[in-house]
Amino acid sequence: MSNRLTGNEAVAYAMKQVNPDVMGAFPITPSTEIPEYFASYVANGEVNTEYVTVESEHSSMSVCLAAQAAGARSVCATSSCGLALMYELLYVAASCRLPVTLACVNRALSGPININNDHSDSMGARDTGWIQIYAENNQEAYDNFLMAMPIGETPSVRLPVMTCMDGFITSHAVENIDLLETDVVRKFIGEYNPENYLLKKENPLAVGPYDVSPYYMEHKVQEAEAMKAAKARILEVAAEFANISGRRYGLFEEYRMEDAQLALVLIGSSAGTAKAAVDKLREDGIKAGLVKIRVFRPFPGEELALALANTRAVAVMDKSEGFSANGGPLFAETRSALYDLKERPYLIDIVYGLGGRDIKVEDFEKVFGRLADIAVTGETGPVYTHMGQRSKEEIA
Amino acid sequence: MSTVYNLKQEVEKPERLTGGHRLCAGCGAGIVVSGVLRALDKEDRAVVVNATSCLEVSTFMYPYTAYMDSYIHSAFENSAATCSGVEAAYNALKRRGKVEGTVKFITFAGDGGTYDIGLQSLSGAMERGHDMVYVCYDNEAYMNTGIQRSSATPPFARTTTTPVGSVGQGKKQNKKDLTEILVAHHIPYVAQTAPIGNFKDLHTRAYNAIYTEGPCFLNVLSPCPRGWDYPAARLAEIIKLAVDTCVWPLFEVEEGVWRLSYTPKKKLPVVDFLRPQGRFRHMFQKGNEWMIEEAQASVDQKWERLLERTGA
Repeated sequence: MSNRLTGNEAVAYAMKQVNPDVMGAFPITPSTEIPEYFASYVANGEVNTEYVTVESEHSSMSVCLAAQAAGARSVCATSSCGLALMYELLYVAASCRLPVTLACVNRALSGPININNDHSDSMGARDTGWIQIYAENNQEAYDNFLMAMPIGETPSVRLPVMTCMDGFITSHAVENIDLLETDVVRKFIGEYNPENYLLKKENPLAVGPYDVSPYYMEHKVQEAEAMKAAKARILEVAAEFANISGRRYGLFEEYRMEDAQLALVLIGSSAGTAKAAVDKLREDGIKAGLVKIRVFRPFPGEELALALANTRAVAVMDKSEGFSANGGPLFAETRSALYDLKERPYLIDIVYGLGGRDIKVEDFEKVFGRLADIAVTGETGPVYTHMGQRSKEEIA
Repeated sequence: MSTVYNLKQEVEKPERLTGGHRLCAGCGAGIVVSGVLRALDKEDRAVVVNATSCLEVSTFMYPYTAYMDSYIHSAFENSAATCSGVEAAYNALKRRGKVEGTVKFITFAGDGGTYDIGLQSLSGAMERGHDMVYVCYDNEAYMNTGIQRSSATPPFARTTTTPVGSVGQGKKQNKKDLTEILVAHHIPYVAQTAPIGNFKDLHTRAYNAIYTEGPCFLNVLSPCPRGWDYPAARLAEIIKLAVDTCVWPLFEVEEGVWRLSYTPKKKLPVVDFLRPQGRFRHMFQKGNEWMIEEAQASVDQKWERLLERTGA
């Protein structure tokens, strides 16, 4: 079934097909359309979800995690400061092993306030214990949302899942996408049947204890083990999804990487632009390639090291600042993953696209130009730089 | 909404908050919780929601829980939203035929988690109309973290953030009137109560709240021996003094109609309530008579206003 939808509508449509038990809803640009579309499904009787119009994102996540603990499948959507307001509860959902599904429509974080896309919001939540899956386009946003529940709800995983897409670029752009039939979706995601939950008649359950030192660390280790186990489950679900959709997903996508000597590592919608640059360079005989990270938590470190093992120079493109003074979060992960290689490529980090700053094919060509120089000279120059910002003189 | 109260019958019900919890001796919170839960009909199940608090850290210390019912704690400021989520799940699963029987939803939070950091979440849940009871056990300060003032702390009270010194004389500000704020939400049932005597008032208010459909609120006075600085054995007496001095009047507001639940036979002077508590000791020093006068004037004024509202 083919359709023309925005990313937000595609995710809302996925939610409709899932018909979750509970949705927590609070508006924030650019994710607002998701609860809006869903509200119309509720109003038209197309779903029978308990739609809870909360008074803040903090309460939205509180409602979702509590509903999940009570035995219900719950979903919500947010962006930017909304995700930041949920921050405390993101930890609670993960540590109580409650597989809530959250559609994160990536947007810059205040301040200064900015409504456009970068990855500061979800990157800020990268250590909360949530699985994070990023989409390049509307099709992936739809597909990832459907795969989230079979991943998170698996007993060996039992972790909440955040599916991310780029605000405005993906959330508001209309694209042709293939939708699955609702009965196929229902069969794919199955019923949510947790072993224990608050409303189970047979045995009352207590959730969210004061976890004293003799137990707390054990629980954290179990959570860490669950995140490790998630990697295999994500691939398993992707394989099952390929069976019903014909679309194949991995932990990341390798684009023209077979013999690539120069490569980019990045996340999200910029991949489309970067692929165009790669194609152009390939026509000129330059062995350029791209790795688009799809799953950032759990981080596919070993797999990524293998994918980059035969390259000469790599630019990691971070669409968020970490203010570590040592590069962005994707760079830190990638450089760490490559450490165990016997022969490592040269590695630089470029922070780009903050607060919706545009990036073009020519910009990526310039990055590849830098990588080509590095490959020849063996001199990286400054390892951590920003791209696309005006100079002090231009601003003045 | 009324229930016939028979103390003997009620205390014979199995406890839903078991002994062995770790609350201090002489703490009001434990008796408030067991008193409220006792108002549940025997055959009805409940999910208890708790804000981060003394109560939470003392009743569900992994791997032990003191609750016979299902229980959830998620954070300090969101107990009402957490309860909303459980209630939403119940509605959804009930509609889909996945849950049987009646389940009641009861939230317990202290004054910090209610008057202060949890007020937004509480207000939101009440406005949305979830079928739940929110119980604030008001011990008038942040007791769990070592007795810091909250907006429920009464004027002049000594806390660790409103200490008494050469210039400071305890808390400078008034106590927020939370019960009235909840009345302004136009919810079906609001009551202010306390565990006094044979627990009849607490029981009746709790029963009314639990068995009234929609969002209901109980504000329950809950003394704290450490924060209020009284000997543990005097708990019951302190609560009775709060009520008989009209520092903590007992009343209910049902569908907007105000009713006094208890009128003291003889309204005692406020000093009777202040004197046994270390947190007010400085009010009795020479030169501080004005504090007691102010405290008395404030209690009198509020009591008069309540009498007017209740038509008593």
